[in-house]
Amino acid sequence: MLSIKDLHAGIDEKDILKGINLDIKAGEVHAIMGPNGSGKSTLASAIAGKEEYEVSKGDIELEGESILEMDPEERAHNGVFLSFQYPVEIPGVSVTNFIKTAINQTRKAKGLEDMPAGEMLKKIREKAELLEMDRKFLSRSLNVGFSGGEKKRNEIFQMAMLEPKLAILDETDSGLDIDALRIVANGVNKLKSKDNAVLVITHYQRLLEYIVPDYVHVLMDGKIVRSGGKELALELEEKGYDWLKEEVGA
Amino acid sequence: MSLKDKLVSNHIVLQESIDADSPIYDIRNEAIKTFEAEGFPTKKLENWKYTSLNSILKEDYGIFPSKEAALDFKDVKQYFLNDVDTYKIVFVDGVFSSYLSDTTHDGIDVCTMGAALTKPKYKQVIDVYFNKIAKGDAMDSLNTAFAKEGAYIYIPKGKVAEKPIQIVHFSTGENDVMMLQPRNLIIAEENSEVQIIERHQSLTDKKVLTNSVTEIYADKRALVDYYKIQNDKLEASLIDTTEIEQHKESIVSVHTFSLGGNITRNNLNFYQKGEFMDSILKGVTIIEGKQHVDHNTLVHHITPNCESHQDYKGIFADKSVGVFNGKVVVEKEAQKTNAYQSNNNILLDDTATINSKPQLEIFADDVRCSHGCTIGQLDESALFYLQSRGIGEKEGRALLMYAFANTVLSSVKIPQLKERITKLIAKKIGVNIGFEV
Repeated sequence: MLSIKDLHAGIDEKDILKGINLDIKAGEVHAIMGPNGSGKSTLASAIAGKEEYEVSKGDIELEGESILEMDPEERAHNGVFLSFQYPVEIPGVSVTNFIKTAINQTRKAKGLEDMPAGEMLKKIREKAELLEMDRKFLSRSLNVGFSGGEKKRNEIFQMAMLEPKLAILDETDSGLDIDALRIVANGVNKLKSKDNAVLVITHYQRLLEYIVPDYVHVLMDGKIVRSGGKELALELEEKGYDWLKEEVGA
Repeated sequence: MSLKDKLVSNHIVLQESIDADSPIYDIRNEAIKTFEAEGFPTKKLENWKYTSLNSILKEDYGIFPSKEAALDFKDVKQYFLNDVDTYKIVFVDGVFSSYLSDTTHDGIDVCTMGAALTKPKYKQVIDVYFNKIAKGDAMDSLNTAFAKEGAYIYIPKGKVAEKPIQIVHFSTGENDVMMLQPRNLIIAEENSEVQIIERHQSLTDKKVLTNSVTEIYADKRALVDYYKIQNDKLEASLIDTTEIEQHKESIVSVHTFSLGGNITRNNLNFYQKGEFMDSILKGVTIIEGKQHVDHNTLVHHITPNCESHQDYKGIFADKSVGVFNGKVVVEKEAQKTNAYQSNNNILLDDTATINSKPQLEIFADDVRCSHGCTIGQLDESALFYLQSRGIGEKEGRALLMYAFANTVLSSVKIPQLKERITKLIAKKIGVNIGFEV
């Protein structure tokens, strides 16, 4: 599904990622953990195509094809989805109208007609229920005045609507209380299938109790310094990152 | 002959054509004297520092139309709000068109200044209200000197205008380059309500200069909503002065949508005379090329316990120039005033300019006054968010511009008008975003 090869990327000529290798197959859940400033969000942004992150070396392939030259919207059309740590507020554009625009633009890029209004409504209703979202919520301006939990639920709602091949969840657990965390994780788990993959980026192990990863990778100073199974997350929770820092001499 | 000289000599002709007993004969004579002494405003004046009229004063404008131009409704239908029932007061090259209009005298007066200034039954009202709020600067005075035609709206005590009123001024080019000077008077008595939509529309590629003055008098608890659609041709320039006097517990809002035209200067002046009032001034400006839009506002808080809200948004592309000069005066007696002013701008190109100048003069000590001004580009991280959802860059930018302007649209009370303006904005931005509002 996703193959990252010796990826070097940075901002303003400062290298943040210093040679990342990562392979994610369809049906898998991977987690990237690491201390603040290790490059986690940079990796998420580089995959989604944020312009200011310059890739100086290496490649990112989605289903065997390099996506480096693609605009963010083209990557989205090809099945990449990023759940933002800090979703943007857009006054005057309702959640419903926003998601309609996003879906129909994606369909247009694929040469498809707009989704029929009835089908769209049914899908919106279905996915809103999955995320336990109130109907009123859908007519509110996108992210304007949303609580932390509402914002993240709205992100996963969009993911449910867009049905990406690869979903990247960037610090989706930050700002969530335990109930919201459960709803969000439950949503992600229900969307998981053998045909898609999830990359969870998190500082803490907490979210991984709900979205159980097949693989855990530890990112430090722009490199993956250790990979393992879900037990690695528990070990990090228990011991913190310092012991690993010493071990790898980072 | 300069335009000024031409105007002064034409004024003599005008005065000779009307009855010397007319209630405004002397007012016109005084006004032309003021204009003659002051002349057209120049950039030397503090209030005109960023707007020069030089480029539009060189034309040999016709002052009075010589021919009557006829218009077919189907050819101008697009300039009206059609999906809601309205009264209409329509002028073609400055002349009232009864054919295109839909006026009334049923409980309220929706008719012409031409009638109000000449018919004896209106004399008493004209004596009390005409030219009483206007400040009498050069452009005001020039309009007063030539005041002949425009909209006259009188909503008596306790009456509600059941339908919005559209005031539309067309210029056809039939009379070559024209200078138009419409004069509107709106009187909303105690507990009355009225909604007005005003538009100046040129139908020709010939140059047009409009110097319009509107006086609005809102008595106790009157509710007046005034919407200005400025989406004219690039050959058309507009100097639009609106003077508003408000009394106790009245609420008056003026929304100005400036999307077209060559040079547009808006003078919007509120005078608050009574307690517990609200004055609302909102504007959206989206211009490009070499267009120029100047908003010059004044809110004069004279009495205590009142509010004013100003919210102006501007999006400027290419070499366009915007000006926001917002003055708030809070007199010593006007304690407990809440005055808010905000002016936010987006410059899409390095060559675009915005001159934003808030002016607060506060003489009372127990007031809340705030003002904020921002100038920036579109938020790139917000754009990335939209793109990451599959929305193309062009549509994403349009969506963000729409969102930016939306706080102003949200207070438009006529749904059909709101929809129309949304579409105008989408068209102006050049993208059909494909979402309903």
